[in-house]
Amino acid sequence: MKIKTLLLAAVSAAALASNAIAEGHGKVKVGMITTLSGGGAGLGIDVRDGFMLAIKESGNENVEVVIEDDQRKPDIAVQLADKMIQSEKVDVMTGIIWSNLAMAVVPSAVAQGKFYLSPNAGPSALAGKGCSPNYFNVAWQNDNLHEAAGAYASEAGLKNSFIMAPNYPAGQDALNGYKRFYKGELAGEVFTKLGQTDYAAEIAQIRASGADSVYFFLPGGMGISFMKQYAGSGVDIPLVGPAFSFDQGILQAVGDAALGVKNTSQWSKDLDNETNAAFVKNFQAEYDRLPSLYASQGFDTANLLLSAMEKADVKDADAFRAALKEADFKSTRGDFSFGNNHHPIQDIYVREVIKEGDVYTNKIIGTALEDHADAFASECDM
Amino acid sequence: MSTVLIIEQILNGLQFGVMLFLMAAGLTLIFGVMGLINLAHGSLYMVGAFAAAAVAASTGSFLLALAASLAAAAIVGAIIELVVIRRLYDRDHLDQVLATFALILIFSETTRWLFGSFPLFLDVPEALSGTVTLPGGIAYSSYRLMIISVGIIVAVGLFLLISKTRIGMRIRAGENDREMIGALGVDISKLYTLIFALGAALAGLSGALVGAIQSVQVGMGEPVLILAFVVIVIGGIGSIKGALVGAILVGLTDTLGRVMLPLFFANFMEQSSATSVGSSLASMSIYILMAAVLIFKPTGLFGRA
Repeated sequence: MKIKTLLLAAVSAAALASNAIAEGHGKVKVGMITTLSGGGAGLGIDVRDGFMLAIKESGNENVEVVIEDDQRKPDIAVQLADKMIQSEKVDVMTGIIWSNLAMAVVPSAVAQGKFYLSPNAGPSALAGKGCSPNYFNVAWQNDNLHEAAGAYASEAGLKNSFIMAPNYPAGQDALNGYKRFYKGELAGEVFTKLGQTDYAAEIAQIRASGADSVYFFLPGGMGISFMKQYAGSGVDIPLVGPAFSFDQGILQAVGDAALGVKNTSQWSKDLDNETNAAFVKNFQAEYDRLPSLYASQGFDTANLLLSAMEKADVKDADAFRAALKEADFKSTRGDFSFGNNHHPIQDIYVREVIKEGDVYTNKIIGTALEDHADAFASECDM
Repeated sequence: MSTVLIIEQILNGLQFGVMLFLMAAGLTLIFGVMGLINLAHGSLYMVGAFAAAAVAASTGSFLLALAASLAAAAIVGAIIELVVIRRLYDRDHLDQVLATFALILIFSETTRWLFGSFPLFLDVPEALSGTVTLPGGIAYSSYRLMIISVGIIVAVGLFLLISKTRIGMRIRAGENDREMIGALGVDISKLYTLIFALGAALAGLSGALVGAIQSVQVGMGEPVLILAFVVIVIGGIGSIKGALVGAILVGLTDTLGRVMLPLFFANFMEQSSATSVGSSLASMSIYILMAAVLIFKPTGLFGRA
């Protein structure tokens, strides 16, 4: 399956007015490899739509975006990356959702002198010793939202958490991240199978554990299954999770079972800043659905790229890199800057799942960590 | 670990096994009677779940949703049998695998095109949403008990259908010698379509039942398909009794392995490495079971040589 989008034409007169600022420096060809089919397609589609919305709003004619579907398979992602670098000759790459795919593509792409802007995956290997001058993460380091959840749990006075994640690297990072900031005892620690859909056995363990809270990291369909089964089990120990199980695409499938659950996120649709208000409104107008955190990350990634294009030519790698590092763009998250390892320093919020009319969504109820950098920055010698 | 917890986990294992049986029964019938490896069986499971979610969303009735899942999967099953599968009976297994794998891709992308990439909502009906207290003070989900009973009813129904009815007699005859029953004047192609639709309907029903407590999304069928293949290999290919016993064995092994193995390793290891090692071994447990069964019974528990 091949989707190829050329964004060169069709710019409205209104957009031309703002375009006057953005001209001057040369064209940039962007290669976006993301997941558009198969199980995790919702995430890739949101990143793509957020990214393309920002490009469209800027009216910048100098950006050409080539989009390809990795089907969530590392081998396909590698083939696509080779093709984009060798035959499409892209300048900047972006789009990958999953950490295992990012690990397969990013190190070789940056070694070949390409810029890589990550709109989602933030494996610890690329934040610490494996950091690269040409790699910028616009979302978070993988551990960040879990660390924030640990901090929130300690602050909320939770003393006996039951923690659970799938048995794969990001799942282990998740529980380590939570434990890094959580000060209480553990009532239990369980690794589930990746892709597991039935959680009856784990729920029985939770019931028997005497925990005062349950922290779980189960992205995508796994989280939906868990929450529905948890709600039907009669266990009423409060749940805490990272935003991945509570994004806009998933909440509608979970329904009432998610109401009241606390989750941590670097973005929320009710974040009070001008950029975000406009983003939420325009995203809804363009795609007829509410944006998710993935969409906000795609949108921020594109705006970061556009901000660098205004300052430098992509052919002048040093100047372009410096321009990216400045992060001189209006983020949907408000304050945003890069640390020494080119990962974000940002606030992470606690949200609660609520119902607005017929739609399930999130509301910010507090800040878990302010100006939070990641735990691996000190290992990066840039 | 308390007795109550162990009984609860055994019930969970039974429920998982019963759900696998609904998938495996169709798969083993189709393989036993027609000699066809049908990878698209997981897609029929997905069709059932999506049909149920769509009908539940528009009518609000869970019973109608279940009926829709049976009907939709049976109809889709009959259509693919008539259009595609029929041409594969005389081909070798590799061709069958390739063609039915193509069907998986076609079904997944068509479903995405019709329903979008985001998971659909399908909830447990109000009446079954709580728990019931069983003797001994075990609070157990009433919906899961309902799944166990549906599975038992289907198992009994299939047993009666195959051993007591005329269609069942033909199915058994078809398994033994398909040329001969053709020669005796039985319309074999109609029989095949019927069996295929029956297997599809069971997969669809299982998709709808499970969809209510899991997530209804594109690609939901493939992980279950792999487990269903493990079940029919353990039970003996073509045997409904084998599918039932294999499914219960797999369900219990998987569930109890997940709970017991981490506890077992915690006796002589540090907690977090014990959970990690235990759960890694637990995810292998059913394959180890399969290997063990095949060593002692190469044709499966109830398979014929």
